[in-house]
Amino acid sequence: MARFLVNRLGQAVLLLAIVSMLGFAILHLAPGGPLSQFALSSQMTQEDLDRITRQLGLDRPLPIQYADWLWRMLRGDWGNSYRDGEPVLKIIGAHLGATLELMATATVIAILLGCWVGILGAIRRYSIFDQLATVGAMVALSIPTFWFGLIAIYLFSVTLGWLPSGNRHTVGEEGSLLDMIHHLIAPALVLALVETAMWGRFMRSSMLDVINQDYIRTARAKGLPEWRILSQHALRNALLPMITVAGLQFPTLLGGALVTETVFTWPGMGRLFLDSIGYRDYPVVMGILMFSATMVLIGSLIADILYAVVDPRIRVG
Amino acid sequence: MTVAALPIEHVTPAQAAWRRFRRHRLAMAGAVVILVLILGSTIGPFLLPFDDKFIDIMHRFAPPLTGAHVLGTDELGRDVLARLMMGGRVSLAIGIVAMLIAMGVGIVIGTFAGFYGGVLGAALMRFVDAVLCFPAIFLLLALAALIEPGILATTILISATAWMSVARIVEAQMRALRERDFAAAAVAFGASDLRIMFKELLPNAMAAIVVAATLNVAKAILLESYVSYLGYGIQPPAASWGNMLNNAQIYMTSAPWLAIVPGIAITLAVTSFNFLGDGLRDALDPRLDIH
Repeated sequence: MARFLVNRLGQAVLLLAIVSMLGFAILHLAPGGPLSQFALSSQMTQEDLDRITRQLGLDRPLPIQYADWLWRMLRGDWGNSYRDGEPVLKIIGAHLGATLELMATATVIAILLGCWVGILGAIRRYSIFDQLATVGAMVALSIPTFWFGLIAIYLFSVTLGWLPSGNRHTVGEEGSLLDMIHHLIAPALVLALVETAMWGRFMRSSMLDVINQDYIRTARAKGLPEWRILSQHALRNALLPMITVAGLQFPTLLGGALVTETVFTWPGMGRLFLDSIGYRDYPVVMGILMFSATMVLIGSLIADILYAVVDPRIRVG
Repeated sequence: MTVAALPIEHVTPAQAAWRRFRRHRLAMAGAVVILVLILGSTIGPFLLPFDDKFIDIMHRFAPPLTGAHVLGTDELGRDVLARLMMGGRVSLAIGIVAMLIAMGVGIVIGTFAGFYGGVLGAALMRFVDAVLCFPAIFLLLALAALIEPGILATTILISATAWMSVARIVEAQMRALRERDFAAAAVAFGASDLRIMFKELLPNAMAAIVVAATLNVAKAILLESYVSYLGYGIQPPAASWGNMLNNAQIYMTSAPWLAIVPGIAITLAVTSFNFLGDGLRDALDPRLDIH
C-alpha cells in the first residue's frame, strides 16, 4: 500500500507540474502577454509599458519567470485581480462556497437517483423501465445544460411561478434556510440531470457485471432470498467502481456548474470565471483555471486511493 | 439417403456489420435525423422566401405559424426557420470539422505513444492527462477570450479541447495491436515503423476510431452551443444554434419559441450522433455486443 501511495502521489505531482506549465503557457499566449490589460489602455505609452515590463520582471527568460510564478503560486500568492486589486485566492474563496453548495446538492441527487435507476435497470434488464431509462439517459446527456436551465426557468418561474428564476437568496432574507432551499432546487436539479444520466449508466453496467458472477449464482443456489442477494452480495461489490466514476465525473460537474451558474445568476466560481473573462481579468481567469485543474487532480487522486483501500487487488499494478 | 445441401450464406464482415446496425433502431433513427438536418440546412435556405439576416422591424416577435414564418420571427423580425437552417450549417460544420481535426491530432499522438511506448509514450500520455485536468468548458472559454472569435477559431479551439480522449483510445488500441503476430510479421518483412503503424496496425483500430469520431461530433456540437451561448463563439449577425439562444433568455416571457426552437435542434442533433455512435459500436465491434 505504501508503495502504491508513493507511486500515485509522484504521478500527481508530475501531472501538477505539467498542468502548471500549461497554465503558464496560456497566460503568456494572451496577446500582449500578462500586460495585455495595460496595453489596451490609452493612458499608457510604450515607454510606460516597457518600464512596467522591467519592473514586473517580464523581460527575464521564460523558464526563470515560470519558476518565479510557480514559487509564488505555491506560497499562496496567486496575483491580484486587474478589476479591483483584490488577491485572486481571496476572490476565489469568496465564491467557492456557492459553487460547492450547488455541486454537492446536485451530486447527492444524482447519486441517489442514478443508482436507483441503474440498479433497477440492471435487475430488470430489457424491461420497459430499463429501455426507457437507457434512452432517457442518452437524451439527458445530449441536452445542453444551459438550455435545460432556460426551459426550467420558463416552466417553473415564468409560467407556474413556483420557483425563483435566479440568485442564491431573496434580498433581505439572507439567513433563511427555506429561502436558500427554494433558490437551490432549480439549479441543483438542472445540474443533476447530466450527472444522474452518467451515474445511472455506470451503475447499470457495474451491477450487470456483478450479478453474472459465480458467487451470486452460489448465493441463489443456497436459496437466499433475492432481496438479500441483491442488497448484501451484489450491491456492495457493484458500488465499488462508482468511486472511480465519482472521480471521473468531477471535470464534467465543474463545467456544468459554470453553465448552470450563468443561467441562474448563481454567485459562484463559474460565474466569476465568465465575468472575469468579460473583463479580461487574466489573473482571476488563470487562478480559477489552475484552481479547478488542481481540484480535478486531487479528486482523481482521492478516488484512486479510496478505490485501492476498498479493493486490495488493484494495489499490485 | 441424400443430404440436403445446407444453404450456406456468404456474409462479408461489412454485410454482417450492416445487419447488426440495422437492428439498432435508435441508431437508424439517428442516422435518418442527421441526414434530414444536413439536407435541411444545406438545401433548405434556397427554398425559403426569407433571408436569415433580413431585418423586418415591422414584424418582430411574430409567433410560429404567422403567415409564411413557420417558426416565427425573432427580436429583429428575422425569420427563425431561416436562421435555424443557416445556423445548422455553421453548427453541424463546426461539429464535423472540429471532430476531423481532433481525430487527426488524437490519432497521431495516440499512435506514436502506443507504438513506441517507453519514455516517449509516457511523456505524451502524461501530457494528455494534464490537459484532461482542465474542465473542457473552462479551457475553451479561457482560450476563446485570448483570440479573435470566429468560425475557424471556434472550430480549432473545440478540437483543442477534444483530441485527448481520442489519443487515449488509440493509444490503448496500438499498445495491444503491436504485440500481435501480424505486427511481428511486418517487422520481419523489414517494413518501416511508419508503415507498420499507419498501414498495418491502425486499420485494425478503425472500429474504435469510427465510434469515437461519431461521439466526438456530438461533443463538438454541444461545446459550440456552450461557447456561442456564452458569447465567445460564433458572432452575430451570423447564426449558429448556440448564439440563437444568446438573447433568448431576455425574451423568455414574451417569445418563448426563440429559446425552445434552437435548443430542440441542438438536442436532436447531439442525441442522433450519440445514438449513431452507440449503434456503430454494436455493429463494428461484435465483441462489445451486449445483446
